Amino acid sequence: MSQDHSLNLKNSHEDPAKATMEGKNKFLGLWFFLGGETVLFASFFATYLSLRESTAGGPTSQELFGLELVFIMTVLLLTSSLTSVYAIYHMKNNNFKKMQLWFGITALLGIAFLACEIYEFAHYIIEYEFTFRSSAFGSAFYTLVGFHGGHVVFGLSWLISLMVRNAKRGLSLYNAPKYNTFAIYWHFIDVVWVFIFTVVYLMGMVS
Amino acid sequence: MSLASTQKKSFGAVLWDYLTTVDHKKLGNMYIVAGAFFFILGGIEALVIRIQLMKPENDFISAGLYNEMITMHGTTMIFFAAMPILLGLMNAIMPLQIGARDVAFPFLNSLGFWLFLFGGIMLNLSWFLGGAPDAGWTAYTPLSTQSPGHGVDFYVMGLQLSGAGTLIGGINFLVTIVTMRGPGMTYMRMPLFTWTTFIASILILFAFPALTVGLFLLMFDRMFGSAFFDVALGGNSIIWQHLFWIFGHPEVYILILPAFGIFSEIFPVFSKKRLFGYSSMVFATFMIAFLGFMVWAHHMLTVGLGPVANSIFAVATMAIAVPTGIKIFNWLATMWGGSIRINSAMLWSLAFIPSFTIGGMTGVMLATATADYQYHDTYFVIGHFHYVIVGGTLFGILAGLHYWWPKLFGKVLHEGMGKIAFWIFFIGFHLTFFVQHFLGLMGMPRRYWVFLENQGLDTGNLVSTIGAFLMTIGTIIFIINIVYTSIKGEKASADPWGTGRTLEWAVSSPPPEYNFKKLPLVRGLDAYWIEKMDGNDKMTPAEPLVDIHMPNGSILPVTMTIGFFIASFGFIYQVDNKSWLALVFIGFAIALGSMLIRSLKDDHGYHIHKEDLEREAD
Amino acid sequence: MSRWMGKLKVFVLLSFAALVLSACGKENLTALDPKGYGAQDAMNIMVLSIIVMVSVFIIVMLIYTIVLIRFRQKKGQEDYIPKQVEGNHTLEIVWTAIPILLVLVLAVPTVISVFDLADTTEASSSVNVEVTGNQYWWHFNYEGEEIQTSQDLYIPVNQKVYLDIQSSDVIHSFWVPTISGKIDANPENVNTMFIEAYEEGVYWGKCAELCGPSHSLMDFKVVVVSQEEFDAWVEDMKNVDAEEVPQDAVAQEGKELFEANNCMACHAIGSSPVATGPNLTNYANRTSIAGILEPSKENMVEWLMDPESIKPGNKMTGNYPSLSEDEASSIAEYLMQLDHSETTPDSAGN
Repeated sequence: MSQDHSLNLKNSHEDPAKATMEGKNKFLGLWFFLGGETVLFASFFATYLSLRESTAGGPTSQELFGLELVFIMTVLLLTSSLTSVYAIYHMKNNNFKKMQLWFGITALLGIAFLACEIYEFAHYIIEYEFTFRSSAFGSAFYTLVGFHGGHVVFGLSWLISLMVRNAKRGLSLYNAPKYNTFAIYWHFIDVVWVFIFTVVYLMGMVS
Repeated sequence: MSLASTQKKSFGAVLWDYLTTVDHKKLGNMYIVAGAFFFILGGIEALVIRIQLMKPENDFISAGLYNEMITMHGTTMIFFAAMPILLGLMNAIMPLQIGARDVAFPFLNSLGFWLFLFGGIMLNLSWFLGGAPDAGWTAYTPLSTQSPGHGVDFYVMGLQLSGAGTLIGGINFLVTIVTMRGPGMTYMRMPLFTWTTFIASILILFAFPALTVGLFLLMFDRMFGSAFFDVALGGNSIIWQHLFWIFGHPEVYILILPAFGIFSEIFPVFSKKRLFGYSSMVFATFMIAFLGFMVWAHHMLTVGLGPVANSIFAVATMAIAVPTGIKIFNWLATMWGGSIRINSAMLWSLAFIPSFTIGGMTGVMLATATADYQYHDTYFVIGHFHYVIVGGTLFGILAGLHYWWPKLFGKVLHEGMGKIAFWIFFIGFHLTFFVQHFLGLMGMPRRYWVFLENQGLDTGNLVSTIGAFLMTIGTIIFIINIVYTSIKGEKASADPWGTGRTLEWAVSSPPPEYNFKKLPLVRGLDAYWIEKMDGNDKMTPAEPLVDIHMPNGSILPVTMTIGFFIASFGFIYQVDNKSWLALVFIGFAIALGSMLIRSLKDDHGYHIHKEDLEREAD
Repeated sequence: MSRWMGKLKVFVLLSFAALVLSACGKENLTALDPKGYGAQDAMNIMVLSIIVMVSVFIIVMLIYTIVLIRFRQKKGQEDYIPKQVEGNHTLEIVWTAIPILLVLVLAVPTVISVFDLADTTEASSSVNVEVTGNQYWWHFNYEGEEIQTSQDLYIPVNQKVYLDIQSSDVIHSFWVPTISGKIDANPENVNTMFIEAYEEGVYWGKCAELCGPSHSLMDFKVVVVSQEEFDAWVEDMKNVDAEEVPQDAVAQEGKELFEANNCMACHAIGSSPVATGPNLTNYANRTSIAGILEPSKENMVEWLMDPESIKPGNKMTGNYPSLSEDEASSIAEYLMQLDHSETTPDSAGN
């Protein structure tokens, strides 16, 4: 397990994210973690599905949800996933500047998504007095969507601190796996959002 | 960092060493010691329960305190005694068995331990802070949402902390087994204990998040006024039961599969015979784990899910008997034709077979839904799951501790005391729990603070209490044995049983911090045994002597955990007064700050140079 | 000599029988001596599964014993290395296939009886009772009959009685072991289960789901009487006059105290739907006080003066002014005279 810790990318033809044992472990560990996260969100979805009609006289999903804003949010998050793919592409070509640029765009799109979500929640609370405590439906809605939002916040702080920390250092075998694991995590958040869009908003508007 | 520091270290230095260690063997021992501490707590609680039920309408403790006792006994034994001790054994032994120098994530390994420990401390602090949780270890809503005081809050936060730790541990083991196996160690050459570690880790990974979600919902209902379980606002209390058992049933296999692994190591070693049907054992373990996710609702057969659901879950549950049966017969066939030596480790393993078979049989009986309408929530269930968890998991733990004690602590436990402790405990165990099956059918539901006079339940309960005292005596003798061995025990050789088959017996007892000076070449199942049969007394190295890369120790796991610990108190007490929210912010600042430091500070580890290694004796 | 042997034989047999009987537990509480539809079904499955399981256990123990006797390491054989057997496919298939067959033997009757016990097609032509679990007592509302009562459930023998079970607070579980298996009383839905008793008698019922400090004290009774007695009981219960003034002075004073202390806010007499606390109709014929005490005036006084010491966490404590012993005694006298029916627990079994 002894390794060359010069961590010089120039001589490596491998994927820099998986060139070291630590990198491989991080990659695999994140995938396992996402397996657990899948169960976590599946449980939240199951809870939401069994409580979405339980409005206790409060606002229902049909009264609340509008498609325009959610559609914009979906576009924002899906695009941010795409830009992170570009960033990883540049990482593999050892082009640090472009990688940082595309990750920067990813972060901006994530922040825009988050702003929309905050606006959405505020709208429900102020216009409809629909809160976390209104009904079992309210609790389930804010918990499911809020946990996703929390994941976005965590992902953004992770990305920004990575970008700031490495801004002056360039890419190395030590930090490449960190960027790579972030990108996978970000895609996962995106996939979860697709399910939220379908299960919560689309199904909530028709039924 | 020098290798073997011969000079005596100050207490502070030793403490700092343990607080910052990322060595899987030290962490393993810490898990075992902490688990043993909680085991004693849980045992005292069990004894109090049995004293209360010694005679009809006893008033040894009050009804409220009794409910706290049963809740804390169950929670402590499952989450803070059985699981950590098993995780400890996995931590200490599994990397050795696959020929690795460490686990994949040494830092996370340490974080997992500290989260578990502080979770356990959090839960038990409730005794001193207004009363322990009292809604049963299953914390069924709405009893748990309506439970007054902060007891259930401590349950929620304590389990949330330790659950996160366990999840981290599970992921760590999975990655370790996938990427860190030594040269020649293919999957189908892995010892059974490593296999069961792997499969139990998969169970942890997919089961614990369901508990996490359940605990979040309970936390939000109790602390932030949400309405998941509040029927008046459209909530549904059955959701908790589903989430709890989607976690809870795999949890049973998280507890029993590693014990199966331990027995699969011990039977071959003390029969001098290869494990019979190795591949079918691996397959059976996978089957049990897979089916384990399909049967959670058999804990809910009386909830009123309807005949279709009840039938499906009943039949799926019975199916688990098949792979479990395969295992029992394979163990017997392993010993068949062998040359059996019986010592303490083997005694516990041999005692496991009839005890667990009874537990498995009553398990199938419980699966027959119609009869379960009678068994459910009675002492029959208590009898059943103690036969499984004590007769399976605890016997496995004790067998494993006797078997690996030399590897963990460098000394062989005293045989005589080991045997006496075994017999007293074994007799006490059957006295305590066998009669409980009948008590249940005679009309004694579980979690009964008192049973009434003239209901025919007196004798059975008295017998059960006598058994509990015998188990206590057995445990005390085992503890004395540990103390005696630590002081007077002889230093163990690398392979103290003489018939060790797997890689951990090829390194000294206890192993050096880097485990293997040169990584061994594995040529088949039971790698060390193969070398012995070929007349070699050592493993063939797979690499020349080179510098060994080691991870740095770190205090950050402790500070992160303390941060979450503080935040948990904030969450619990902000219900009374919002200014406690300050603790939440302080706690998260500490925890997230530690994470940030971890993420931003480069940590490349260090090297042990081959010149230093050469100076070390083999 | 032989006579002495004979006596010994009888003695041994008798004591064995006594042991078996006592091992069965108390009559009309134990599930091991079933006297009802669900309990009998469960017993049949239990017997079948025990036969299957014990035969498996005997086989395992047989092999186990042989292994331990034949294959111990012998003196002088310390260096002997047994043959390292990898496995045996035939054997492994055998001990996979046989358990599958055994599981099928158990699965089929289980599934059949699960569906049989969930059958509610006869509900419309039977007695239907709405059962509500409360901390820590049971309420019974006979649907369509305007009869409300608590703690003692009267049912006719050999008749399916359909129970619509739910809870007013936390989860409870309704269990009468000798007659039938249990089903949970949930706060969010009604579970329907039928019970049918094969013999007249008074049967113990228990709460089987942890519901708070007095979970173990939430006993109730099922009084199984003949159809005629049951019909008479229904008639009596429908015609209860809650305002009826008792004959003797002490009980009259008790009634006044009962009213003055606002006991009626929680406790109804007659078919009033008030059910915050147990309905007290026909209280004189209750099999117990508070579910656990013998029905006597002394016990009643004790209960009224300090219910917390008898049933910790009950909802009555502190909800009424404290009573002097005389006052409690008068109320007890009043309650013990609320005799509204000729059909009593004593009718069961006569």
